[in-house]
Amino acid sequence: MDFQSCVNIKKEWDIVGARQLGRDIARKIGFGTVDQARIATAISELARNIYLYAGTGKICFEAIEDMNHKGLRIVAMDDGPGIKELSQVMEDGFSTSGGLGAGLPGVKRLMDDFDIQSEDGKGTEIKAVKWLR
Amino acid sequence: MDQKLKDIVIGHSDDIVKMWLEEVNKKKSSDYTATISDELFESTNREFVNVIFTSIEKSGLTNDLNDFSERLINLGWPLSYLTDGMQVFRRVITEYILKQSEQIDSDYFAEVLRKVDGWVDPVINQLVNEYSGSWEHIVSLQRVALQELSAPLIPVMDNITIMPLIGTIDTERAKLIMENLLDGVIKHNAEVVLIDITGVPVVDTMVAHHIIQAAEAVRLIGSRCILVGIRPEIAQTIVNLGIDLGKFPTKSSLRKGFKSALELTNRTIEDVQPKEQDIEKLIDSLNRE
Repeated sequence: MDFQSCVNIKKEWDIVGARQLGRDIARKIGFGTVDQARIATAISELARNIYLYAGTGKICFEAIEDMNHKGLRIVAMDDGPGIKELSQVMEDGFSTSGGLGAGLPGVKRLMDDFDIQSEDGKGTEIKAVKWLR
Repeated sequence: MDQKLKDIVIGHSDDIVKMWLEEVNKKKSSDYTATISDELFESTNREFVNVIFTSIEKSGLTNDLNDFSERLINLGWPLSYLTDGMQVFRRVITEYILKQSEQIDSDYFAEVLRKVDGWVDPVINQLVNEYSGSWEHIVSLQRVALQELSAPLIPVMDNITIMPLIGTIDTERAKLIMENLLDGVIKHNAEVVLIDITGVPVVDTMVAHHIIQAAEAVRLIGSRCILVGIRPEIAQTIVNLGIDLGKFPTKSSLRKGFKSALELTNRTIEDVQPKEQDIEKLIDSLNRE
């Protein structure tokens, strides 16, 4: 299954678009309502981070499959300012915008696999995978 | 030159209309207009081409054009029907004029193109403006309608008010929620406010943050806030995200929230004694006499 689709994030309402597409794909793969809510929330956090900190970027969804189970991979990409202290943003309660600071660590807990790559001034790429159980 | 070209076009309008209709009909089968009945398509085409010719004849935009576009907008015809039609008209008319002319050099050719553009472009512009104007109007109406729906506040009882939220919460709506909540609490003199999020599809950190802030603001003006309608999957995502909603009470349903709101205002719901019993007692006492 090599199915991939992307949503560009430019306006605040694109977050809703990304969320809906992600939820649809998750439903098609066969995730239950709780996992759909987890996935939608994770997409919401990632898309909002792009909108708030990078301005523009995109979120891609990919249905993946390995030996014995299916899953959904979410990739969030932007060419924004990047993240200086990666270890700091993964701490609960750290926020530069007055928010709750639960976004990225929250996504890590909502999803099964989580990988973040960011370079100062060169943008950020986050890959998160949820496996179907 | 000007008048000469115009005369060619007006004088041979029948031929041009025929050519145009043929071209447009050729396109019909392949696109969106395929679903429209032949008669309607035919009559609309005729009207369209008449409107174009009147505007060429009078060298300017006419009321006919406005009426025509307004009617098509109301019927929901796609804008591309009109723009495609105009492009076909431009091609047909240019070809026709060039065929009618004996000698064609580049100056003449350029002049013809310029003239045809002068006829066609104002009409296209007018049509596009009419269409986009109507879309903008609809969007602005819907925005107003959406805003009216976005943060309603219902005073259900003395001192108890409910704010049911349905749909996505964005930054603008979050501001409205806060404002309406605080205004309403003061206006209705509410002691307890129930915020119902049954209809909110996703509660992420931003939505949670706004709810926490709203609840805190309500606390500051001396009222209490209860968050109700937390579905099981939302509860799990909130826990996963690590959001602390412990500063105010939360309930799974509006019903439970309403009950605890009554408790907070020292009231309970009581069933009224059925009337039949009273009547039976009355009959009993009458029988005894």
